[in-house]
Amino acid sequence: MAAEQGQDHGHDHPPRSDHPVRAWEKREAAIRSLLIEKGLLTADAIRAKIEEWEQKSPALGARIVARAWSDPAFEARLLADAIEAAGELGIEARGVKIVALKNTPRLHHLVVCTLCSCYPRALLGLPPAWYKAPAYRSRAVSEPRAVLAEFGTRLPPETEVRVVDSTADCRYLVLPVRPAGTEGWSEDRLAGLIGRDAMIGVAVVQAARA
Amino acid sequence: MAERRFADGALVRVRDLAVKGHMRTPFYVRGRQGRVEGCQGSFANPEERAYGANGLPARPLYHVRFRQTDLWPGYGGLAADSLSLDLFEHWLEPAHGG
Amino acid sequence: MHDMGGLPAGPVEKDEHDPSLAERRVDALMSLLMNPPVAAFNVDEMRRTIEGLPREVYERHDYYERWLLTIESLLVEKGLLTRAEIEARVAAMEAPMETGAHG
Repeated sequence: MAAEQGQDHGHDHPPRSDHPVRAWEKREAAIRSLLIEKGLLTADAIRAKIEEWEQKSPALGARIVARAWSDPAFEARLLADAIEAAGELGIEARGVKIVALKNTPRLHHLVVCTLCSCYPRALLGLPPAWYKAPAYRSRAVSEPRAVLAEFGTRLPPETEVRVVDSTADCRYLVLPVRPAGTEGWSEDRLAGLIGRDAMIGVAVVQAARA
Repeated sequence: MAERRFADGALVRVRDLAVKGHMRTPFYVRGRQGRVEGCQGSFANPEERAYGANGLPARPLYHVRFRQTDLWPGYGGLAADSLSLDLFEHWLEPAHGG
Repeated sequence: MHDMGGLPAGPVEKDEHDPSLAERRVDALMSLLMNPPVAAFNVDEMRRTIEGLPREVYERHDYYERWLLTIESLLVEKGLLTRAEIEARVAAMEAPMETGAHG
């Protein structure tokens, strides 16, 4: 159930014809137009909300991680209150509680929402399709190392893997381990290394890029 | 914030409550023993909010950690591996080790 | 069925694609409807509704389609829209659709 939308990926369901795709989109348009007519929403509010979410991306989380790597006092504030710390960088994340989880060479966190698709959207934007799909939601909790291996991530035996299942009103952001070989790098340069998958916990950050 | 029943470090067992309808306690931790890592604060009960009630009074939400080997027979990772999640106080009862 | 931690499953398919405009619209609708000032329903009601989708409906529809079904179901439950007026509007839009005509 990975690919969304009506594109013809032909995974494990038959290729979609045009008609079901249009039916769904028509229904969305119908509901939206009725809600606007009834004064519950405005077209402007919908456009503004889409725009607001388009501004959210993993680049925000990467800035926070880069700052934490560069400034231990900021890291401490981040671990105590991630929303406040994000605010220091001008990142608006108020709303549902967000907690930062620090990875170390001995402890690797991996985040999942087995029950639905909870995700720290305010800091990472919209979650990837695989995060919301049954394979990840089912297996991340019971076989995390196998799932990590599917992402090309293998951890040494002295590293504990801790899966964090977002079951309530808290969202989790992984603070990955800073790779060796980045001493003295600027925050911008560090942020360029930090991808979404490392902040979910399915990947680690590498200094060397091909 | 509502007063906490469980302190950090307390051993707890997840109750197997017969809740019909919406709940946020996954089946894989039912009846399992874990340790309280911390308290996330007090929150309204989603089981009631799901049906239009306000879910008050707010009750403590705990972050509880489990050993993976206690959750999955034949767990294929390391003995030190763990799993943690957020659970509401009414889903927890004291455990006494073992 | 939604409570799937630990169930057997296949490999994680890492296809990536940006959400389409229609998906982003559903996302925006959900966000606006669940939060102040509209607050037509709350996140727990939303989850309860998705969890209540019949299995074959759950499996037949993709993520954002399920969200749209959930939005519709809750709007009807709350008396904000009726199925009849939704069907009527869909029928009225049966003419070839330009994207953004009702945007």
